[in-house]
Amino acid sequence: MNDVLDVILRLLIVFVVFLTFPLIIGQTEHKVMAHMQGRLGPMYAGGFHGWAQLIADGVKFAQKEDVVPAGADRRIFQLAPAVALLPYLLVLLAIPIGPDEGAVGQVIDAGVFFVLAVMGVGVLGSLMAGWASANKFSLLGGLRTAAQLLAYELPMLLTAASVAMAAGTVSIPGILDAFEWWWLPWQIVGAIVFFVAGLAELQRPPFDMPVADSEIIFGAYTEYTGLRFALFLLAEYAGIVVLCGLTTVLFLGGWHGPWGADGLGWVWTLLKTAVLAFVVIWLRVTYPRLREDQLQKLAWTLLVPLSLAQIALTGVVKVVIQ
Amino acid sequence: MAPIPGSGLAKGLAVTLRTMTKKSVTAQYPDAQPDLPPRTRGVIGLFEENCTVCMLCARECPDWCIYIDSHKETVPAAAPGGRERSRNVLDRFAIDFSLCMYCGICIEVCPFDALFWSPEFEYAETDIRDLTHERDKLREWMWTVPAPPALDPGAEDPKELATARKTADKLAAQQAPPATEPHADEQARAAERPTRPQGDSKQQTDQPKPDQPTPGQEGRE
Repeated sequence: MNDVLDVILRLLIVFVVFLTFPLIIGQTEHKVMAHMQGRLGPMYAGGFHGWAQLIADGVKFAQKEDVVPAGADRRIFQLAPAVALLPYLLVLLAIPIGPDEGAVGQVIDAGVFFVLAVMGVGVLGSLMAGWASANKFSLLGGLRTAAQLLAYELPMLLTAASVAMAAGTVSIPGILDAFEWWWLPWQIVGAIVFFVAGLAELQRPPFDMPVADSEIIFGAYTEYTGLRFALFLLAEYAGIVVLCGLTTVLFLGGWHGPWGADGLGWVWTLLKTAVLAFVVIWLRVTYPRLREDQLQKLAWTLLVPLSLAQIALTGVVKVVIQ
Repeated sequence: MAPIPGSGLAKGLAVTLRTMTKKSVTAQYPDAQPDLPPRTRGVIGLFEENCTVCMLCARECPDWCIYIDSHKETVPAAAPGGRERSRNVLDRFAIDFSLCMYCGICIEVCPFDALFWSPEFEYAETDIRDLTHERDKLREWMWTVPAPPALDPGAEDPKELATARKTADKLAAQQAPPATEPHADEQARAAERPTRPQGDSKQQTDQPKPDQPTPGQEGRE
C-alpha cells in the first residue's frame, strides 16, 4: 500500500512539474523577450504584470474548434500532438533534482540511454503531423524536421556518451555522484554542443527552420487548431525544461554547488536549469533564423567534429588519470 | 586585425542583454495619457465667439468637410440717428472628421482666430456618420487647446506686442517732456499685458487691425 502511495505521489509531483514549469518558462519568455526588445510584454491578464497570460491563452485555445482537414490522415493527425508531448513527460521522470532517493521520479539504470531515446520520439510527433496534414507546407516542415533530427541527434548522443565515458556509467544519478568540479572545463565543449544540438532538436530559434512561420507558415503545425496546437506549443516549452534539466545534470553537476551541499542540492539544480532556460530565451531573441543549408552545415561540419574531439579528449584524460 | 570569430554573436547577445536592463519605451496608453507636444494635430476646436461666418475655412478646405449655415441679423443703430448694421449669425458649424485630412489649412486661413488645433484625439466612433461633429462639440474642444508654447529665448517680439510698444512709444514721445521717460515704459508694459495670448483670452484678437494684415489675408492677395 505504501509503495503504491509512493508511486502515485511521485507521478503526481512529476506531472505537476510537467504542467507548471513549461508555463513558467513561457511566461518568462514573454517578459524577457519583451524587455529585450524594449517592450513590456503582457500587462493585463491576471492583473499583476500579466502573470496569467498563458492561462488566458490556454482558455482561448480550449474554446477554439478542433479542425481536422478533409484530406488528412485522421487518426495520425489527431495522435501527433500527444506523441510530441508525452515523451517529455517520461524524460522528466528520470531527471534527478537532488541527491536523495526521493528527489527523482524513477531511478533508471540506463538513464542517459533512456532519456535520449525517448526525447528522439518527441520529434516523431512533428513528423507525423507534417505527413498527416495533407498540406504541402506541413510536408515541407516535416521533411525539415526529419533532416534536422538526423543532423543533430548525432552530436547530442556523442556528447552524452562523452559524459557517460567520463563517469563510467549511464545512470544519471551515477554520473552526478561521480561529478567533480573540474569536469566543467573538461566537458565544456561537449556541454555547448549538447545544448546547441538540443536547441536544434526542439526547433527553437535560431534553429526553427522546420516551423519558420514567415516562410512555411509553421510547418508541420499549419493545419492544427485549438487544443492540439496548444499541445504542440506546450511540447516545445516542456522540451526546454527537459533540455535545460538534462544539460544541468549531465554537464553542470546538477545538485553540486560551491556551498549549501546538504539538503539544498535541489535548489542548485533548479537554479542552473532556470539560468539555462534564460539562455534559451536569450538566444531566441538575439539571433535570426538559420537557413536550411546553414543549419545542416553547422551540424555536420562543426558540431559532429567537435563532439568527436570531445570524446577523444574524454578518453585520453580518462586513461591518463587512471 | 581580423575580428575574433564569434565576436559578432557575442555582440548581439550583449545588445539584447543591455536592452533588457534598460527601461522599456512602451507607453501604457489607456492607463497613462501620452505626453503630447504643443501644436499636436489632434482635433480642430472652434472658438465660435470669434467666428464671423466669412466661410474662408469652408472654401479653402481641400476635401470640403466643413459645413457652415448662417443668417443675417440686423443690429439696431448704436447711437440715435445712426445706421443699422447687419451681422452674420452662425447657425451651424460642423466638421466631418471622416473626411478631414488634418492638413490644418482651415486653421491657417481663419483671419479671426476662430479655429485651433487641440491635442485631444480620443474621439473614435463606431459609426462613420458620428464623426461629423457639430459646433457644440467643437466648442467643447476649445477647452482642451493648450496655451501656445513660449517663444524661444531671444526671439523677436510677436507682432501685436511690437506694434503696441511702437504706438506707446510714439504716444509717450508726443505728449511728454523727456522727464516722463519711465512712464512711457510703463505704458508699453501695460499695452503688452492684455495681448499675451493665453487660454480663453483670445477675444481681443477679434478686432482685426486694418493696418496689419493677418497671414491668411496676405496669402490671398
